[in-house]
Amino acid sequence: MKPVILVENLGKRYRIGLVPQRYHTLSENISQALSRPFRQAGAMIRRSVGQDVLQPGEEYIWALQDINFEVQHGQVLGIIGRNGAGKSTLLKILSRITEPTTGSVTIRGRVGSLLEVGTGFHPELTGRENIFLNGAILGMRNAEIERKFDEIVAFSEVEQFIDTPVKRYSSGMYLRLAFAVAAHLEPEILVVDEVLAVGDAEFQKKCLGKMGDVAREGRTVLFVSHNMSAVLRLTQESIVLEKGKLVLIAPSSEAVDYYLSAGNSKAGERIWDADEVPTDATPFRPIALRLRDQKGGVVDIIRSVEPFTIEMEYSLSAPLTGLRIGIYLSTARGEYVLTSFDTDDEHHFENHSSRPAGHYVSRCTIPADFLNSGRYTLGVNASSYRVRRYFMDEQVLSFNVNTSGAPGMQWAEPRPGVLRPRLEWKIEPK
Amino acid sequence: MARAAIIKKEPNTIVIRPTKGWMALNLYDLWLYRELIYFMTWRDLKVRYKQTALGVSWAVIQPFMNMVVFSIFFGGLAHIQTDNGIPYPIFSFVALLPWTLFTNALNNASRSLVNHQNMITKIYFPKLVLPLASVLSGLVDFLIAFVVLIGIALYYNLTGQAHITITAALWTLIPFLLMTMMTALGIALWLSALYVQYRDVGYILPFLSDILKFVSPVVYSTTMIPAKWQMIYALNPMAGVINGFRWAILGTPTGPDTRLIISAVVALVILVSGMIYFRRMERTFADTI
Repeated sequence: MKPVILVENLGKRYRIGLVPQRYHTLSENISQALSRPFRQAGAMIRRSVGQDVLQPGEEYIWALQDINFEVQHGQVLGIIGRNGAGKSTLLKILSRITEPTTGSVTIRGRVGSLLEVGTGFHPELTGRENIFLNGAILGMRNAEIERKFDEIVAFSEVEQFIDTPVKRYSSGMYLRLAFAVAAHLEPEILVVDEVLAVGDAEFQKKCLGKMGDVAREGRTVLFVSHNMSAVLRLTQESIVLEKGKLVLIAPSSEAVDYYLSAGNSKAGERIWDADEVPTDATPFRPIALRLRDQKGGVVDIIRSVEPFTIEMEYSLSAPLTGLRIGIYLSTARGEYVLTSFDTDDEHHFENHSSRPAGHYVSRCTIPADFLNSGRYTLGVNASSYRVRRYFMDEQVLSFNVNTSGAPGMQWAEPRPGVLRPRLEWKIEPK
Repeated sequence: MARAAIIKKEPNTIVIRPTKGWMALNLYDLWLYRELIYFMTWRDLKVRYKQTALGVSWAVIQPFMNMVVFSIFFGGLAHIQTDNGIPYPIFSFVALLPWTLFTNALNNASRSLVNHQNMITKIYFPKLVLPLASVLSGLVDFLIAFVVLIGIALYYNLTGQAHITITAALWTLIPFLLMTMMTALGIALWLSALYVQYRDVGYILPFLSDILKFVSPVVYSTTMIPAKWQMIYALNPMAGVINGFRWAILGTPTGPDTRLIISAVVALVILVSGMIYFRRMERTFADTI
């Protein structure tokens, strides 16, 4: 059978503007300044007829380069990579929003996307009017929208307000309606960019639920996410993008492992480069997350019979009130084991209610005899409760737990369960 | 882009690849999206007069107030002569009908891409839909204002100040109307595509409208242009349109002739070149807007 999506030698180049140049003499400076408008006008004219003009000092960046892969009918493919790895660019090309610079993509079927939720909605129009308008924008036929109208309204749960202008809707109602239209597009290929997904957790869950339905119906799904547990749960195979290049196509568990261990980090440590931190995290800036054993060494294999320390290093460029640094601990399959914040303790909560700008480390110790053997994932969160989430990454590090010496090791059988505590048993005749 | 390379032999198969050189206009794609044109036109109309106290009356007030002002200053103070002694108010109102359509269509269509940035950066559709819908939605305003023209004509007939009769020439309003929209769309295609990259266009538009108004016979008659300049004057398609409107409705003496052919050819050239340029630039809209 022919692949539903066939990507061949795909590349996309962007112009990233002028890099400032240095002129050495005053006369050079003046002549450059004087000729600049003329050079710019020339470039402007050439560019306005669609030519790529490279001015001196101007640079290009390849957002994607030499991408090759194919997706079979009914496959759910994960696309993972750090910020700026080219995930969004790839989706934009697949949904025909932007044109590639090189290569080609062959697509068999209609592409729908959950990232275009609410596109073209007009606040002055009623819910009913927006359903028809948005449906048309997403490429539905009028007859098709009429047929699905009742279903869309029921799904959105805004029946009562269907003839009210959407500017009077709450943001939740607005999103539900927008999502309802997109969800009823029934494309052969569904594109979900969780990175761009808006809305609360409930809404995101609904998105993922819809995606699961689509996959079960045997349609093709492309899933972009930073949430590795969702990737593991929903996809069988994933591709990993790194700086615009496809570095791995593999079963999702392998791809996630690769993603988590790649980058400027060694085992048991994740160091964030400045360009990896989203700008909206400011004033918070994550520096590193480390896993240390009892002796203080950075490790990625933990002995379950010894305590270990999780260390989050970060800096603040401005004082923050109510900041809390949290860790998520979850299994490789994506189930949460625990969530904990550095100001959980009442004293810490009071003493660190505000933190001046500076460099910090928040440390937390996980006691001995706690985790069972297996692979675990650590995530971090920096937020002010109900104010703002500065930074969150649920999948920062993976590590293994070795249970040699743990209770019950006299039997070589694997034990179900996440925890391996040393519990007190009493055996007595009765 | 993809639309230039839709492969017909397998249904639903799309090949996305970079376009080289000048691409085909691919009007077939526009046809596939005809319902979107309808919905965008409808949305423009719906939204335009929402939360206005006077609502759709604005379609009438605009040309009407212009007529009043022109009649006072150009007709009254400047004593501009009309053809056959037609009263100045109706003389200018007949010109203001296509002119208002033209200038609104030009302005709205030129801004249409930038005004719909989120659509352009989020989904695929033939971008030509946006300026086209802006031009079409102006047509409804034109029809409403046209009803008012009938009222004004009746008033002058009843008071005996003029004799405006229904003639067979009235059908020519349809091609004149088409020419107006072609010209507005053609210029708007150039400007809207440039606007994506250079916001300067936003500042140029008001000037352009003003200048075009005075090089078109809105406040005066074409007969005031010296004979040797007539052919050059006809290069402005709106001169042909407005002259035609006056001829068809008011029976002014200068009917369609070579000058109209020149105007029509220019309108066509503007439209076709605008479409080619627009198509050429379309592929980078999402990246540069």
